[in-house]
Amino acid sequence: MKKLFTRFQEIVLLVSGWFTSIMVLLIVFFLFKEGIKIFGKKPVEEGFVMAVHPNNLVNSISPGMCKDIFDGKIENWERLGGRSYPIELATLEDIGSLYTEEEIGSEMEHLDSCFNDYINKHEGALISLPKSAVSSSFKGKIISVKKISLNSFIRGIEWFPTSKPVAQFGILPLITGTLLVSLGAILFALPLGLACAIYMAEITNKRTRSFMKPIVELLAGIPSVVYGFFGLVVIVPLIQKVFHLDVGETALSGSIILGIMALPTIITISEDALRNVPVSMREASIALGATKWQTISKVLIPYSLNGITTAIALGIGRAIGETMAVLMVTGNAGNLTLSYLKPIRTIPATIAAELGEAPAGGMHYQALFTLGCVLFVFTLAINIYINFVTKRRRM
Amino acid sequence: MKRILIALLAVVTLANAQNVKIKGSDTVLPLAQKEAEAYNKKGVGKVSVTGGGSGVGIACLIDGSTDIASSSRKIKMDEKLKLQDAGKKFKEVIIAKDALSIIVNPSNTVSQLTREQIEGIFTGKITNWKDVGGSDMKIVVYSRESSSGTYEFFKEFVMAKKNYTSAALNMPATGAVVQSVSQTKGAIGYVGLAYDNNGVKQLKVSYDKGKTYIMPSMATAKNKTYPIIRPLYLYYNTKDETRIKPFLDFCLSKEGQAIVEKTGYVPLD
Repeated sequence: MKKLFTRFQEIVLLVSGWFTSIMVLLIVFFLFKEGIKIFGKKPVEEGFVMAVHPNNLVNSISPGMCKDIFDGKIENWERLGGRSYPIELATLEDIGSLYTEEEIGSEMEHLDSCFNDYINKHEGALISLPKSAVSSSFKGKIISVKKISLNSFIRGIEWFPTSKPVAQFGILPLITGTLLVSLGAILFALPLGLACAIYMAEITNKRTRSFMKPIVELLAGIPSVVYGFFGLVVIVPLIQKVFHLDVGETALSGSIILGIMALPTIITISEDALRNVPVSMREASIALGATKWQTISKVLIPYSLNGITTAIALGIGRAIGETMAVLMVTGNAGNLTLSYLKPIRTIPATIAAELGEAPAGGMHYQALFTLGCVLFVFTLAINIYINFVTKRRRM
Repeated sequence: MKRILIALLAVVTLANAQNVKIKGSDTVLPLAQKEAEAYNKKGVGKVSVTGGGSGVGIACLIDGSTDIASSSRKIKMDEKLKLQDAGKKFKEVIIAKDALSIIVNPSNTVSQLTREQIEGIFTGKITNWKDVGGSDMKIVVYSRESSSGTYEFFKEFVMAKKNYTSAALNMPATGAVVQSVSQTKGAIGYVGLAYDNNGVKQLKVSYDKGKTYIMPSMATAKNKTYPIIRPLYLYYNTKDETRIKPFLDFCLSKEGQAIVEKTGYVPLD
């Protein structure tokens, strides 16, 4: 009977172990399966094509150019290598307002002739039209838009996923923003957290410790949106005043908030590591005549380095993946910058802010999954690196 | 036991048949909730309301998971095409209007802007307040996130469909825009009329190249002199009309429109 019970326990442990591993793999698989779909697609609205007047010399167009055209920055075909005609834009919405409902038809059955009519009358026309409106009698020339590649995705500097008719998926500013904020957070939290852990583990008496420990743990229990609000109302104006900035929503504000959020993880884990150092090590150090500070820096910290690196890894993990607090204090501007005193936009904040409204299965939705993949690759790389470092140290 | 279950099931389905679901715009959400609350008290039917965004609401109307889609923008042509592909006919009702006001920090000396100037500021062509008659100070543009219907409406109606400058700060909620504008000297942003509070200054706006400037208020929005105003829509499937009609009639009635004004939106006339 007892044997059976032990066997049962083993099976439960085995199943839960495998269950967790498979779950993680499934999530990663799902993430990459959705995320990879974006590549090789054209960033035009689904089911739409771009067309020009048949006499136009331009055959293809890059997404960046297209955005400049619709923003009014490029106004003549000459800049794109065509004849000198002013560019005249028309989207489906424009056709809807230029032609009467009778001309379009109640079921939009005459849409193709309206587009045909428009393109015939305007030699400088650039139109975006649904594929269904392209019939065999369509006179315009359909031009191709360059596809999204891994290169253009990662090195592109503009993120306008809902821009019509051509969306911009460039994530370089998001990557730099995420790295900037996470690095700042860890630079802020690590010295502070380590000092606090050493104080609690080595220096203070039991009473102060039993008072401080729950407070630090309480810090981990505060919801991130509360941190965000605190940051927006307290830290943002403070930074604005201290550095005499136009805007207080900067990478620095994000770093500080994330640093505070990572503190409890760093403190608790490194304190545990420090307290796990055997008493004999401490006694040996003191017996050799080392001072308290020498014991801490030369014996305790090197001995517990593995625990401390774990603390750093988990702290970075918390910082790099945090959404709500960063969303509220970093300003979410897609600036490409390496300055801590400018507004930035991070990957998690982008996913959190945009996934709710991105139509499921659309290109914007897939791009957000790709962002998730990028984030995953980052944290994986950091974990592997830290594993590598600690292993080498052990040898 | 089985019989009880069947009876229970029947009751549930019956209740569902009476229940009208509204899904969509977060701008319409507070209004739709108040209307539904008042309507449910009458005991004629039951209306339940959820948010999610205008695009989500219309997507749900297309796949049939909601009865009414609320939207802070007009239905797009491609959404119309999708509805048509799904073999559905829809009707549109405007239940109220919402005015957007342009807000700046109270310390700003600028008190009025033309539409062209606002477009320049939000597209990033104008970057200093001295170019629009203010002091020498950098302009900090606050916008909503791209998922918001207000973002789209502002882009279409005020910015002539041009894209926002990439230096614009995107805030996750209207409350955050107000908070940031109130504490940033060079800030400019836009919020719904219902949201205004004391920490910010509203600007007069001109849509006729500077001839007349209008202050946003309930009065100017009602008499149609204030230009930045948008209708709030409900879309529904024509075949559900008999089921939905009582609620729509209630919204458009005097009582319903009084609720509109009480929640800070602009009633229809």
